[in-house]
Amino acid sequence: MSPKIPLTTPRPSATFDDYTLSEIRRAASTGIYDIRGGGAKRRVPHFDDLLFLGASVSRYPLEGYRERCSTSVTLGTRFAKKPIELKIPITIAGMSFGALSANAKEALGRGASIAGTSTTTGDGGMTPEERGQSKTLVYQYLPSRYGMNPDDLRKADAIEVVVGQGAKPGGGGMLLGQKISDRVAEMRNLPKGIDQRSACRHPDWTGPDDLEIKILEIREITDWQKPIYVKVGGTRPYYDIALAVKAGADVIVLDGMQGGTAATQEVFIENVGLPTLACIRPAVQALQDLGMHRKVQLIVSGGIRNGADVAKALALGADAVAIGMAALVALGDNDPALDAEYAKLGTKAGCYDDWHEGRDPAGITTQDPELSKRLDPVRAGRRLANYLKVMTLEVQTIARAAGHNNIHNLEPEDLCALTLEAAAMARVPLAGTSWIPGVNGSGGL
Amino acid sequence: MQQLIGELMRTYDLAQSPLRELNETLHRQTDGSNEAQWEILNPRGGHAIAVGLDAPINVDVRGSVGYYCAGMNKKATVTVHGSAGPGVAENMMSGRVVIKGDASQYAGATGRGGLLVIEGNASSRCGISMKGIDIVVKGNIGHMSAFMAQSGHLVVLGDAGDALGDSIYEAKLFVRGKVKSLGADCIEKEMRPEHQEALTNLLKNAGIKDAKASEFRRYGSARKLYNFNIDNADAY
Ligand SMILES: Cc1cc2nc3c(=O)[nH]c(=O)nc-3n(C[C@H](O)[C@H](O)[C@H](O)COP(=O)(O)O)c2cc1C
Repeated sequence: MSPKIPLTTPRPSATFDDYTLSEIRRAASTGIYDIRGGGAKRRVPHFDDLLFLGASVSRYPLEGYRERCSTSVTLGTRFAKKPIELKIPITIAGMSFGALSANAKEALGRGASIAGTSTTTGDGGMTPEERGQSKTLVYQYLPSRYGMNPDDLRKADAIEVVVGQGAKPGGGGMLLGQKISDRVAEMRNLPKGIDQRSACRHPDWTGPDDLEIKILEIREITDWQKPIYVKVGGTRPYYDIALAVKAGADVIVLDGMQGGTAATQEVFIENVGLPTLACIRPAVQALQDLGMHRKVQLIVSGGIRNGADVAKALALGADAVAIGMAALVALGDNDPALDAEYAKLGTKAGCYDDWHEGRDPAGITTQDPELSKRLDPVRAGRRLANYLKVMTLEVQTIARAAGHNNIHNLEPEDLCALTLEAAAMARVPLAGTSWIPGVNGSGGL
Repeated sequence: MQQLIGELMRTYDLAQSPLRELNETLHRQTDGSNEAQWEILNPRGGHAIAVGLDAPINVDVRGSVGYYCAGMNKKATVTVHGSAGPGVAENMMSGRVVIKGDASQYAGATGRGGLLVIEGNASSRCGISMKGIDIVVKGNIGHMSAFMAQSGHLVVLGDAGDALGDSIYEAKLFVRGKVKSLGADCIEKEMRPEHQEALTNLLKNAGIKDAKASEFRRYGSARKLYNFNIDNADAY
């Protein structure tokens, strides 16, 4: 009898992993690329790879809850007659009515207003619900110009010219037919039920010289009252930020590749753009080189989840941050309580990202009246306010521990990095060394 | 400086006073304004002249303008006695804008209402992404005009350049002359009586007497790209 030949254990391929195989099968059966919401899901160097040093002998800390640690920020001090004053430097990012239900937009406005911060419209225009419930509302000026009009422009507290988004720098928008209700269709001047493509470039300007004239026009229309932001996706942050400053921006919003989207091709989300961590220092460098750091404010977004992320972004030189997906989770998105319903959609809580299909059981990324009703805007707004409050306390906790009486005094010197990649991107030393790859060559103390 | 000329005409000289003051003054005019006639001297190709107006006033610009003249116009009638740079009357809501000379790129971009009349030629991307505006061009228009045009009418007495109406939605295009080529999903369509009537009215409103609706052809969307279909991928 020949001895039994031992079998090797089945070995999955690292290259052809389960997800990759399932995507090949999906593509082969449908003939169309995968579209989804959310941001990059792959791991990239991020704020988790940084640590704060805290105070000790060389610096002394402040007493928690007793010694003041201020959080307020003023945005738009460069040209606008009426800059924006926020109690906390955590703003709500632009998310479109169309992608989100009217109740979700209202909840974002309510939560932001309680917390003393701003919220932002999106591709699709301004709804009365969100204007009514938002103390400070930023109005996006997008390539599609859906819903754009001078009355809303004047009702806004600031205007954000959107050049790009971190999830899809260089890409346009997409709202698939399933989500085009009568109201969404009317606001966008398009027939119901058709796919609405938002252009990737503005219809009436291209390049930095035109942008300068476009900003001039918006300032003239609004009598130089309102701050004008320019939002860019993270691609070539040093040059893009320098050009936005030259074009006359009051505030720059810089969105890294982990930033969420309502609906974009998976291949785009995962393969185009720079991680948020890699964007901040070049952007700050551009502002510093032009003598404009803190004069043109920088808002960073893309994967901000907690007070530590906020503190790290501020320490690297941002004036404020914006949150998208985290705010939706605070409202109730991807809640495990809805797991049975996610299972029916072929997914699970925490992974649900087919927001473009409009069947969100949490009633957030949908236009279905029955599903939308599930979201109580007052309760959800309260939850968002609580979450914003917690994040703010977390930032203050870290700032006090680092010896700062103002969270905006956090600085790169407060940080070290856990990995070489993060050290190089954030331009802070590798933990326990003074080595900043790309900045100094020494591995010494 | 502004000075009173005659009874109601106010003149504003951009060689002497800043643009910001002009626009702010025009923004203060309201529906019942008794200062209904405005004349702007020495525009010298300046940008953002007479933008964001929101009152039924008449503004005559004596000379050529740069980018975005009459941008987001509501209710006002703005006449440029010269040529206009890119994006004239962009996102216009209502009212009337008349360009006596030629217009550069993106004329009437994303306009939602009102009437834009260009007495000369218009360059590329005329009526790009238009959302309800009516545009009448006496001369020719350049390439990629009415790109992603959503609604409204574009009337061209002369010829149209390449890729007219690419990715068009529900806007209606009428061209009297030749069309060099049509863009993706744009086709020639039948001129039915309601189209003849609409066109006749548009020509009348634009003050055009030497053209008849019957001389035009109509173009619009084949509506084949309205919902993504893999077999149309070559057209995207
Ligand atoms: C549902 C959804 C809709 C969005 N819609 C827009 C939009 O209309 N305009 C825009 O500039 N960005 C839009 N974004 C991107 C956000 O403004 C922001 O850049 C991003 O969400 C920040 O990253 P975060 O989600 O990781 O916080 C959207 C994001 C989400 C999640």
